[in-house]
Amino acid sequence: MNTPQTLLSIRNVGKHFGGLHVLQDVSFEVPAGGIYGLIGPNGAGKTTVFNLVTGLLAPSSGTIEFQGESLVGLPPHQITHRGIARTFQNIRIFKEMSLLENVMIGMHEHLKYGAGGIFFNSSACRAAEKRARERAFELLSWLGLEHKAAMLADNLSYGDQRKLEFARALATEPKLLLLDEPVAGMNPSEKTLLMEEIINIRNRGYGVFMIEHDMRFVMGLCDRIAVLNFGRIIAEGSPDEVRNNQEVIEAYLGREEEAA
Amino acid sequence: MEWFNDFWSTYSTLVFSVGVHALLALSIWLTLSCGLLSLANAAFMGIGAYVSALLTLQLGWSFPLVLLTGGIAPAVVALLIGAPVLRLSGVYLAMATLAFGEVVRITVLNLEITGGPEGLNGIPLETEGWHIAALLALTIYGLARLRRSKVGRAFEAIKEDEVAARLMGINVDRYKLLAFTLGSFIAGVAGALNAHFTFFISPREYGFEAAVDILTMAVLGGISSLIGPLLGSSIITLLPELLRSLHDYRSFVNGAVLVLVVLFLPKGLWDPRRFRKWFGKAKGAEA
Repeated sequence: MNTPQTLLSIRNVGKHFGGLHVLQDVSFEVPAGGIYGLIGPNGAGKTTVFNLVTGLLAPSSGTIEFQGESLVGLPPHQITHRGIARTFQNIRIFKEMSLLENVMIGMHEHLKYGAGGIFFNSSACRAAEKRARERAFELLSWLGLEHKAAMLADNLSYGDQRKLEFARALATEPKLLLLDEPVAGMNPSEKTLLMEEIINIRNRGYGVFMIEHDMRFVMGLCDRIAVLNFGRIIAEGSPDEVRNNQEVIEAYLGREEEAA
Repeated sequence: MEWFNDFWSTYSTLVFSVGVHALLALSIWLTLSCGLLSLANAAFMGIGAYVSALLTLQLGWSFPLVLLTGGIAPAVVALLIGAPVLRLSGVYLAMATLAFGEVVRITVLNLEITGGPEGLNGIPLETEGWHIAALLALTIYGLARLRRSKVGRAFEAIKEDEVAARLMGINVDRYKLLAFTLGSFIAGVAGALNAHFTFFISPREYGFEAAVDILTMAVLGGISSLIGPLLGSSIITLLPELLRSLHDYRSFVNGAVLVLVVLFLPKGLWDPRRFRKWFGKAKGAEA
């Protein structure tokens, strides 16, 4: 296979809060297509990487580029417009809205009509809303939620809330989907179901970049993996390479002499 | 028809007040629907009232133009103060907007042109019932359309989770400014309408108490739909009249009603979700 095109490139990125260095000299590249994993023990700085990429935080140093263009300094909504969407570790759906409305929020930027269109209920406005509703149903059906479209999101089970978050993120029409610990708090059968959904999303041509600390889950899913420990990348490569990396084993299991 | 004429000559001011208060409740509903607890609407109403009254008294502008300017003037102020003030949220925003209201009140109190503490007297009675009815209908229609559009959904998303809204591609700062400015426009028009049927305006009418009253109307009625603010403003306006026989205990009962509603119906009187629950339970009992 020829070398895949780079989608997201993170180079020499550092982040500190006062004297606390959360990330130091982090570099890796997420290729287009496939599933890329970022793993590491709790508190390694994984979510901080996502917050930097999505513009919720600004890096202290280094560059972040998406499709060759710098993302540093852009507000979050513009980064979303460029084609990056994300989900959250602690699910953040809009609970007081229906599933359909949740997904339609994600389409906000793609609904092109103005104040006049809204006030006079113009045909262009109606057509755009209709298209958005149809697309929202389609996205919900990808995740098997279309029959619950009118339900209030608050009434969904935990696993379904996570799926709704996927659908909502896909509604922004992203090229890269960031998943922050998608199976956190799920039971094993839910985990397996969600794993299939992530593979489905990948198969539809979306790039997936996920954070996980469940090693087994990530090994079976990702094409490439970067390992973060104490704010530094300690290994990068295929799952097999990472699995056999001495530093990674130590980070997860501790040193041998300590154990002895 | 005679009874109607009697009724109208006694209560026309009250009916006008219900309409104006409905507009004010809708103006704060708009900012609340975007998750902004702004208490500046009384001040915006005051700016609208004073600007419009002065245009009528000093320059003799035509009434439609006066109404429009009465809305635009506070909207311009809202645009200017919005950028810094809307960086705040929750009670901090409430405090900042209250402070802004005081600044407006004290400015009006000390200016020569506004008549200082004496206020403005002899404003011509230009407002007619159908003016208020038409503008109220237009506002309700406009807000109902807004609510069903991407803008209304964006407001709702911002209210529920600002960070998630940002990451769904919504320009949160711009939409907050839009809600704030549109709300100030509606409040300003309400102020202009009010000034042209009360004959007299003074700074006292647009201070802290008015700000809290406007908020109370929306909260009492409930902000989950447009019906809530309409219901709340009607009750708040009519309750003192209905309790007239209680004389000195009027405001006591008024306050007690509010406390009970907030305590037992925190989402306001008009809460479709609660209605569904009640209705659903009744159906379940029959089955």
